[in-house]
Amino acid sequence: MAQAAAANTKWWGGGKSPFNVEYGKLMMWYFLMSDAFTFGAFLISYGTVRMSSPSWPDPNHVFNAVPFFSGVHMPLVFVSFMTFVLIVSSVTMVLAVHEGHKGNKQGVIKYLFWTIVFGLIFLGSQAWEWTHLHHEGAWWGHNPFPNADGTVATTNFTNFFFTITGFHGFHVFSGVVINLIALLMTQNGVFERRGHYLMIEKVGLYWHFVDLVWVFVFLFFYLV
Amino acid sequence: MEHQTFGGEVTFAHAAPTDDAKKRIFKTTVILSLITIVELALGFWIYKMHEGGTPNPTLILFLKGVIIILSLAKAFYIVSIFMHLGDEIRNLIMTIVVPLMLFVWFIAAFLYDGHSWKNLRHEYRPKDPVKYEKVEGPAHGAELK
Repeated sequence: MAQAAAANTKWWGGGKSPFNVEYGKLMMWYFLMSDAFTFGAFLISYGTVRMSSPSWPDPNHVFNAVPFFSGVHMPLVFVSFMTFVLIVSSVTMVLAVHEGHKGNKQGVIKYLFWTIVFGLIFLGSQAWEWTHLHHEGAWWGHNPFPNADGTVATTNFTNFFFTITGFHGFHVFSGVVINLIALLMTQNGVFERRGHYLMIEKVGLYWHFVDLVWVFVFLFFYLV
Repeated sequence: MEHQTFGGEVTFAHAAPTDDAKKRIFKTTVILSLITIVELALGFWIYKMHEGGTPNPTLILFLKGVIIILSLAKAFYIVSIFMHLGDEIRNLIMTIVVPLMLFVWFIAAFLYDGHSWKNLRHEYRPKDPVKYEKVEGPAHGAELK
């Protein structure tokens, strides 16, 4: 299994995967590429509408709340926490893949477990933020926040925010479920019997993609 | 179908379990964290400039550009190191990256369109826009109407 390919390997001569990956992993990459276009379309439509608006709500005055600090104006703080949670979960995921390469079952279990924990912390944070915004009167079709120039804003702001963070949150949720299934399969020794932990790599690709999308959601909704 | 079996079909030259891999993961983690901290610092700076009167719009635009470029660097590190795309063979990388080039047109065309709409709106906007007034009342626990 660990033999190296010679430098002048004939990839397209038959008998070998031309891309040197198994079918499932290649298809995961193509799925993620199409998913990137879905998120790209969402974010670009958001950018287009924001570009076409004379003014737009200031994110620093909308996303300024932190749990346990009710009424304190703290822009960027809570979303930074959420961003770091996802980065850390990405690191534990890549460590799980790394343990899988070594065939270390206990290592895979340990790091998958922590990935799931951080994923759940992220989902909980997002649930808190949505609840908070909903209490302030924000929802699809309701926008209590004024534009930065003091004029009344349209509902475009909240519609895009809840749709895009919701779609991302749904990806996080399904990622946690997929990680959980992978964890149970590891624990039951499915991959050990199979002789390789390639499934963890595919699950990992999906999870990293979720982190990747958050980089851009964080960028376009909270930072700029 | 002997060649269809997994063992003979795929080689793992790039995925050798070494300590180097762990070192690289650690290094990438530090880079991602540092970039995020710089982004947050720039974001906070923009916020502070908005608080202290009218900021220079060119400087704001420049800082936002820097933040976007830093995010693209983050994306590169996640895809290349964490997702191991950088370790795959070139043909595979190209089948992923080349279709993504469509984004260049996608972003440019749509933002240009949005900008055009803004100019049209500016031309036909009402001369005195409606000012925002905060509605008084219990914020938390209030029913949405």
